[in-house]
Amino acid sequence: MSTSTAEVTAEAARTGSARSSAGLRRLLPDGPWPWIFIVPTLFGVAVFYLWPIVKTFYLSFTTVGVFGGSTFTGLANYAQLFTDPQIPRSILNTAIYTVIVLLGIPIAIGLASLIERPGMRFRTLYRTLYFIPYVTMPAAVGIVWRLIFNGDFGPINWLLSLVGIKGPYWLATPGFALVAVAIVGLWMSLGFNLIIISAGLREIPQELYEAAQVDGASRFRQFRSITVPLLTPSIFFVMIMTVVNGFQLFDLLYVMLGKANLAMPQTQSIVYIFYNEAFIQNNQGYACAIGILILAIIAVLTAVQFRLQRRWVNYV
Amino acid sequence: MDRRSFLSLAALGGVSLGLGATLAGCSSSQGGTGSQSGAYKAPSKDLKATISYAIWDVNQQPAMEKIIAGFNKIYPNIKVNIQLTPSTGGAYWTKMTTLAQGKNLPDVFWMNGPHIQLFALNNQLLPLDDLVTAGAVKKTNYPKALVDLYTAGGKFWGVPKDFDTIGLYYNKDLLAKAGVPEPTSSWTWDDIKTNGKKVSDHFNKSVFGFAGDLTGGQTSWYNTMLQAGGYIISPDHKKSGYDLPGSIKGLQFWADLIEAGISPSMQQLTTTLANDWFTSGKLAMVMDGDWETAPYHQAFGDNLGVVELSKGPKSNQCVIHGLGNVISATTKQPDAARAFVAYLGTKDAALVQAEAGVVIPAFNGSQTVWAKSIPGLELQLFLDEAKVASPYPISKNTSAWNQFETDILPAAFAGQTPVATAAKQLADKMNAALAKE
Repeated sequence: MSTSTAEVTAEAARTGSARSSAGLRRLLPDGPWPWIFIVPTLFGVAVFYLWPIVKTFYLSFTTVGVFGGSTFTGLANYAQLFTDPQIPRSILNTAIYTVIVLLGIPIAIGLASLIERPGMRFRTLYRTLYFIPYVTMPAAVGIVWRLIFNGDFGPINWLLSLVGIKGPYWLATPGFALVAVAIVGLWMSLGFNLIIISAGLREIPQELYEAAQVDGASRFRQFRSITVPLLTPSIFFVMIMTVVNGFQLFDLLYVMLGKANLAMPQTQSIVYIFYNEAFIQNNQGYACAIGILILAIIAVLTAVQFRLQRRWVNYV
Repeated sequence: MDRRSFLSLAALGGVSLGLGATLAGCSSSQGGTGSQSGAYKAPSKDLKATISYAIWDVNQQPAMEKIIAGFNKIYPNIKVNIQLTPSTGGAYWTKMTTLAQGKNLPDVFWMNGPHIQLFALNNQLLPLDDLVTAGAVKKTNYPKALVDLYTAGGKFWGVPKDFDTIGLYYNKDLLAKAGVPEPTSSWTWDDIKTNGKKVSDHFNKSVFGFAGDLTGGQTSWYNTMLQAGGYIISPDHKKSGYDLPGSIKGLQFWADLIEAGISPSMQQLTTTLANDWFTSGKLAMVMDGDWETAPYHQAFGDNLGVVELSKGPKSNQCVIHGLGNVISATTKQPDAARAFVAYLGTKDAALVQAEAGVVIPAFNGSQTVWAKSIPGLELQLFLDEAKVASPYPISKNTSAWNQFETDILPAAFAGQTPVATAAKQLADKMNAALAKE
């Protein structure tokens, strides 16, 4: 980029051409073709991602009618947001869920190291098996796990009963319900994390291990001093994605807990409240304010992670 | 581009992609108002038009196609396209609301109780009073409670299509094993409790005596509230009835059943629904809607029995709900749409539905065919109940307070909060929501 800018400037100075022409050339250092190729994508991003965010931001300051039409009500929605007793609890629930799902990253690292071991057979098969839950519809996954966690007839409590433990009503007991949903979330995210980390593992140059062997480093020492540090960029990426996805917990919760669940107040996520306000209560202006809150939380968490990465992420 | 900036960009991309998906739901556009009306006159037989008809039940699609074929014998040039959207998870209503925002509602579509006032009073529907004035639709052909359900703001908005009432289903086999007599129409709440307890005790609670679906009121607490002399919402749809003494008694009934072990616990009823307990042979008696007759009969055959609801302190009344056919306010083919809705309200159309046996048609006198649709099972009780049933409770924004019900009542049924306290809290929240309508 910097070189081409220099060229443009130099050329503009040489020819002494008009300012506007120089501006155009600065915008199009390589001619119009790059822009022609990316405009369709830019258009899509603008229409389907940026515009909804702008519109949401605007609507969060209004009261929206069920069938459209909005009246400006200033900060009323935000005032409600800060006094709504459900909000702090739901943020806490979502955070607990996200932390549990983050525990899936060490598991994914362990599994990826096993699968990527030299001479491993059926590697593709294992990768596929772990990846399937990630590409399965969360609603379908939720229905199956709802059966597995069933308090009276589910296989988990049946297994527990074999060793004399009376299992809880997993999905209808406060505390247990959130853990149960998070276990499923972790299980679903495992495949994606595994693939990214596997790719990271394969990028580590073999020579480093050979050199370490020559120096007499043990297997564990190699893992600690070569594998983990060189894997940190992938781990960082996976962490960002897990936190972003974790804070959008909705479909699993919705399907697994169902209606009129006693455990819902101690389990509901912030997106769940967003859904209720937008589509059940028909309170779309307030829902937009919640949407902006979710945006802010995720933005802050991501910014903090980018800030902290300098301390622990090693780029080659 | 180096590895570092690639991963950073990819991560940021993930952030914005995810957020886009969350926030997109918020976006909305201007809604439509405006309605076409004018004295109705049946259009000429050679009217040429294409209209859409949105429905949500795939099991009823064959009957709907048959009705359209009948309609086309009169109007051969009006083409009716069925649009099926399954109602699972509220998809149908999310779609209709979105279509309404874009002024793209189907010309004719199925409506239900909880949504009629929302759509009608927000100017999304075409009033049908002209059809009534012109004699193309006669209100007396349908149960009064249904006509009331589809009347709002002094206008008539939907032609009743079908209805549901609630019955007491029982498993003859389980009752016989426990040595308990089969329920009759003269049973009271006390009979339910005494005999239900015998079943639960006999099977040591591996099979329960009696239950209802407590994740929603229609087949359970709405009915018992009425039976104890309470109501859910005042007839003018402005005031909650949850804090009335009769209503509280009707709610207490379910808390008592759970406490006595006659019914599975609230936790058990949310993770395995009441109808699943019954079909899997773990529940002897269940209160449920007529729509379960076919699945229950499939599960138990001649071992299935059904009878009127048991009598509470005041009555054995139940709620009646039914679908209606409505016309979009923004239809470009009002004449064809009105001719079609008028036909959907005829006895011919009702008889096609009756023969299909999936739902009870709303047209009076056409239901006897339905009542005999399952040999060996007397279903007349559902029709008798309809004559005295109370309309399904609704207001302009029904789903708002429906959610308060499922937020607040489970703890009361489970015995965690006193029923009277929960009922008062619910009434207050519901009244606040109604005031905002």
